[in-house]
Amino acid sequence: MGGNLLTNYGEAVAMILFGIGCSNLLLQKNLIKKIIGLNIMDTAIYLFLAEKGYIANKMAPIITNGVQDASAYINPIPSGLVLTGIVVSVSVTALMLSLTIRLYQRYHTLDMDEISVMIKKEGK
Amino acid sequence: MLDFVQNFPCFSILLCMFAGIISSALNGKSAKLLNRCVLILITVMSAVLLVYLVGKGESFVYVAGSFPAPWGNELRAGVLEAGMALFFCIIMLLSLLGGGYKLDLELEHGKEKLYYIMINLLMSSLLALIYTNDMFTAYVFVEINTISACGLIMIRQWGRTIEAATRYMIMSLLGSGLLLMGLVFLYGITGHLLMSNIHTQVVQIAATETYRVPLMVTIALICVGLAIKSALFPFHNWLPDAYGYSTVSSAAILSSLVSKGYIFLLIKIIYRVIGFNIIQDSKVINILFVFGLAGMIFGSLSAMKEKDIRRMIAYSSVAQIGYIYMGFGLGTTAGMIASIFHIISHAASKSLLFVSAAGLSDVSGDSTDFFDLTGAAYRNKAAGAAFTVGSLSMVGLPLFAGFISKLLFAQAAAISSSWKMLPTLVVLALSTILNAIYFMKTVVRIYTPVKWNAVLHSKVTIKDNPVTAFALFLFIVLNILLGMCSQPVMNLINSGLHMFA
Repeated sequence: MGGNLLTNYGEAVAMILFGIGCSNLLLQKNLIKKIIGLNIMDTAIYLFLAEKGYIANKMAPIITNGVQDASAYINPIPSGLVLTGIVVSVSVTALMLSLTIRLYQRYHTLDMDEISVMIKKEGK
Repeated sequence: MLDFVQNFPCFSILLCMFAGIISSALNGKSAKLLNRCVLILITVMSAVLLVYLVGKGESFVYVAGSFPAPWGNELRAGVLEAGMALFFCIIMLLSLLGGGYKLDLELEHGKEKLYYIMINLLMSSLLALIYTNDMFTAYVFVEINTISACGLIMIRQWGRTIEAATRYMIMSLLGSGLLLMGLVFLYGITGHLLMSNIHTQVVQIAATETYRVPLMVTIALICVGLAIKSALFPFHNWLPDAYGYSTVSSAAILSSLVSKGYIFLLIKIIYRVIGFNIIQDSKVINILFVFGLAGMIFGSLSAMKEKDIRRMIAYSSVAQIGYIYMGFGLGTTAGMIASIFHIISHAASKSLLFVSAAGLSDVSGDSTDFFDLTGAAYRNKAAGAAFTVGSLSMVGLPLFAGFISKLLFAQAAAISSSWKMLPTLVVLALSTILNAIYFMKTVVRIYTPVKWNAVLHSKVTIKDNPVTAFALFLFIVLNILLGMCSQPVMNLINSGLHMFA
């Protein structure tokens, strides 16, 4: 058990980062900190994927020196998934930031709780 | 050889997506026209596909490109998928028809185009969630669904809607983070991304008991992630504001389609990816069961306290989502069929309620407050009648769709031999009473005669707004059809579930 954890330290770090990001996304009041939490969470998943796809002592999946044998290279699919995931998380982050700008222009604060209180007072 | 009809799933997804892209170059009017045409076309295609599949009696796999199974991307269509696509198209079309007149008033000038881009993208992502056979494609379309739903919420730029959109995004992103983590785990232990291939591997893993803990963690991550995204109680705090203050069509679409898309994906994952037996053995469904029951009670309690008619309907959605997850939690095929039927009946009644509530508040000085709506059903007869039908269906009176789903839930609970029988029946009864209290209170309120108030009140007849009246009429017919002729729908669901396995 402990030995496994040591050899797979990359995955373990990814899990810890995922937890940090997740709790920041939920618990922080500041919207920008929430978004940072979101990004940490997403990046942790990509780190995990990259760790899973890497096979020790093998090359990046681009044909080098004419070696066509698949066993010489690492698994390319996780890298592809990471790229797709990055595109998704960039667009989502952009959307969140634009929402934050709208809220800041309207209420002059980034604190989610304060914004809620102001909206309740406003009525609509 | 590939029949031409088998291209229809792929066509409908691509048509919607390209319609969204083309809409960005059009003006509002043409975008609306394009959207309507595409939706009607897809409705027809889904209907043809459904007939074809019922005739054929088995599902088919559509290989995108010419890359065979473990590498390429696949779509898969069975009776249940085609039926859901058809139903989603109809609800989308009726919601847009019913709320269309409001859109012109509520949207800022020049934003109609953006609205229809969002609708098209939303529809294409829903169709892709229904048809896809690839887990990672499903994840990408889940995100597209989230983003376009967020656009639908915040298209009306009020403080409330922007805050609701932010809350919605935070919850949704947490859900998709958990879902993606689950997918990565699943890829890690099975080495596949296509649903059928993952399933073969999962069966082996479960039989040899290797990776028992990772498999449980995966199931938990995926279930909880999708439950958060479909607003299962306690993750519903964004929902009343999002449904209560966005435009009418948005509210109808969000409540009846967006959350249902995620739930349908979860059903697919339960049957096609993990396998029903393995889900039954895991303890995860007990968690869904408990939260479903809690949602049924607390959603209804919050709805009772609400003084705003649209927020009340929104809270009622929380309770109805609870019903669906309770059906999953029973862990029997009967419970699953009841849940799928409830997805359909809830979508039909909830969009009807949102559209008719907007009609009622129109004739009451645009107020959604409960007391201002007194006597509104006399001032707008079509909306009054439609609201009554929707309420009766939600409460579960015979003749309407809601009754059948409640009956199915009760039957499913009664034949399940586990400890879940008693709590289900008790909570079902309690929740029905609570539903009856707040819906009947509203129906009585809108039919209470009141003295004419020239400032607040106005009158709308069917002639003033024939399109909305027509949409409401179709909604009512749909509800009664589902309530009266439930057997064919049940047979479809049954054979669809068989095709899943």
